[in-house]
Amino acid sequence: MKIKVLYFARIKEAVNYSTEEVDLPNQVTTITALKNWLALRGEVWANLFDGKQLVRAAINHTLVDDLATIQANDEVAFFPPVTGG
Amino acid sequence: MAVLVQIEDFDVGFQLNKLRLASPSIGAVVSFVGQVRDINDGDSISKLTLEHYPGMTESALKAIEAEAKLRWDILDSLIIHRLGSLQPLDQIVLVAVVSAHRGEAFKACEFIMDFLKTQAPFWKKETTAHGERWVDAKLSDDLAIKQWQK
Repeated sequence: MKIKVLYFARIKEAVNYSTEEVDLPNQVTTITALKNWLALRGEVWANLFDGKQLVRAAINHTLVDDLATIQANDEVAFFPPVTGG
Repeated sequence: MAVLVQIEDFDVGFQLNKLRLASPSIGAVVSFVGQVRDINDGDSISKLTLEHYPGMTESALKAIEAEAKLRWDILDSLIIHRLGSLQPLDQIVLVAVVSAHRGEAFKACEFIMDFLKTQAPFWKKETTAHGERWVDAKLSDDLAIKQWQK
């Protein structure tokens, strides 16, 4: 299924992407699975999702945990803990 | 209940007057203004740049306002948060709440600010003499929202 993935702040700079369309394999249906799948892209991606730094996720503008389910055409975002205000 | 996410500065006096003059049943106006500090983690800050997640920012802030209205008897609220390039002394954020009596407005204002700090997708990057760096989230901000858990 196809989804849109967005990256923000230091994560955007690390992976050098702000947004991309990806076509996920059938078995990738959760945030955890998506992180593991993206981690296969190389060292930068593997380091990002190795669990040593907090990476927050949102699906369609709502904060979710790693067990959340992804559906076709969803907008998934990855970003560091927020620092506004 | 309004949310504004903007590059432009805001006039606190004008905004508070607009809120309070909307109804004679308002007896209390409570506001918080955040501004850019000149020193962070021991380094002089010359510039602060704010990035956000368009769309999610607005919906997150509206959800926080709606939760505050559910919890306290408030009459209206306003959140203004700035984006882009700021300098020390620049205003970053305004949260204002109006209610019949002060207690509800004080609590709701602090609640909105605490949740904005931990839930709204903004990120700060600061420029120091050593270059640019992303600001890390503070554990104290996560602890602050624990006091509001039901």
